[in-house]
Amino acid sequence: MNATAGAIATYNFAYLDEQTKRMIRRAILKGIAIPGYQVPFASREMPMPYGWGTGGVQVTASILGPDDTLKVIDQGADDTTNAISIRKFFQKTAGVATTTRTGDATVIQTRHRIPETPLKSGQVLVYQVPIPEPLRFLEPRETETRKMHALEEYGLMHVKLYEDIARNGHIATTYAYPVKVEGRYVMDPSPTPKFDNPKMHMSPALQLFGAGREKRIYAIPPFTRVVSLDFEDHPFTVQDFGRPCALCGAEHVYLDEVILDDAGGRMFICSDTDHCEERREAGHAGEMLAGEAAQ
Amino acid sequence: MNAIDKPAGHGQDGTGEAPLLSVRSVSKFYGTRIGCQEVTFDLWPGEVLAIVGESGSGKTTLLNCISTRLPPSAGTVNYRVRTGEMRELYRMSEAERRLLMRTDWGFVHQNPADGLRMTVSAGANVGERLMAVGDRHYGHIRDTAIDWLGRVEIGEDRVDDQPRAFSGGMRQRLQIARNLVTGPRLVFMDEPTGGLDVSVQARLLDLLRGLVADLGLAAIVVTHDLAVARLLSHRMMVMKEGRVVETGLTDRVLDDPQAPYTQLLVSSILQV
Repeated sequence: MNATAGAIATYNFAYLDEQTKRMIRRAILKGIAIPGYQVPFASREMPMPYGWGTGGVQVTASILGPDDTLKVIDQGADDTTNAISIRKFFQKTAGVATTTRTGDATVIQTRHRIPETPLKSGQVLVYQVPIPEPLRFLEPRETETRKMHALEEYGLMHVKLYEDIARNGHIATTYAYPVKVEGRYVMDPSPTPKFDNPKMHMSPALQLFGAGREKRIYAIPPFTRVVSLDFEDHPFTVQDFGRPCALCGAEHVYLDEVILDDAGGRMFICSDTDHCEERREAGHAGEMLAGEAAQ
Repeated sequence: MNAIDKPAGHGQDGTGEAPLLSVRSVSKFYGTRIGCQEVTFDLWPGEVLAIVGESGSGKTTLLNCISTRLPPSAGTVNYRVRTGEMRELYRMSEAERRLLMRTDWGFVHQNPADGLRMTVSAGANVGERLMAVGDRHYGHIRDTAIDWLGRVEIGEDRVDDQPRAFSGGMRQRLQIARNLVTGPRLVFMDEPTGGLDVSVQARLLDLLRGLVADLGLAAIVVTHDLAVARLLSHRMMVMKEGRVVETGLTDRVLDDPQAPYTQLLVSSILQV
């Protein structure tokens, strides 16, 4: 394998062969035509284990062109193992430009987060999905769940939410929170925190979901209604952390807890590393940075 | 079998003379073996029909054929839907059939684990049908669930317990509550008292009799226990080897059995 620039002849562009890409693009088009519907596709073996984003990688490989700029997110961060290895994979096999800036990217492959910076028209967000079936843990039979989707029998999804309230007093599902797409299909938004659910609603960007092991692709076209399920007397709400990011001072963003010492010290920082960096470059500072500056 | 005894006016929702369910020449074959053969009967609103017979006589096969759980090999099943129109069940779309099953019908299984969701709370079990027909108000669903648990003599404090923490009799009562919450007009019961001890059986039968009378339910009860048939049903059908050998009012059939097999069945009851 020759990894020098321009020497990608050992692979077809973006690793997959053209027939495979064509098959996946057909599945994507069908998914876009029926928002929220899980389209079966002939998922391929990829040079990484299941659970590391094989579905997302196949979708990205099929839609990537030489002019695209790719960004890869893992739990909001650009610098974790999964993000770096997938970014390098496409640098090597497709030679495309990569970035960590949300605004500069045309294709963003993500695991577990939607960027804080609002997406714009022309961008594509590719989600890695472990279990695409929102009804799976309630109804183990695939034949039955397909029938339930076909006949729009979604009462069972509310049984889960009912159980949450009965046990915890509120809807305790915080990630993979089920949504209804364009008033028809109930969809699992992949394990993104429910904090990100409102960002899917009427997004100008195209959102594609790939599940490699489960061999399913689904999609939300731009400007599609995405409504989180709830009860009339227990409406859907997103997490509120009650504090700003300790590094950049951003409010109303999704925060990660970082343990600082073994004496209870902790700070909460943006889960979206790119958003945090951009804000710090623009001169914003949270309490942690302000403290350092004072010293 | 052609003699369809008309009950003494149990109809109470104004449909009067019209049957709720009309079964014509229903047969089911498992390869060359017979499940049930040429069964014909009508069921009127508010009427309870018992199907009795020994194991393997085709009772459960017949029940499954009527309740759209098992397509029959021949024959038709017609049901009067709420609009008053008579519909052939196996000509309805699957969506319509499934809607019927979870709103207008109930099905009480012999083993409560088959009819309940064992991993969700009692309240959610009762509320599932409400949510399936579009109720999206948690407080209302919960109040209805507690009300129904009370009607089947399960305390309000058990509403958040899972059915696996319940005794056999409680599970069976929970299953009944779950089926009745949407106000069905027809309930199928497959050996509802099977596997329960006699004192629990007696209470369950008492409860069922009260509910059926209060709600004006029509019911088809499959049982091998003639005492259950005696207590619950207005009319009964005796089956043997897949065929109906005798039908009639329950008291008549049990006190004055005509068919040799029915005579054998009635004389087989242990007198204590």
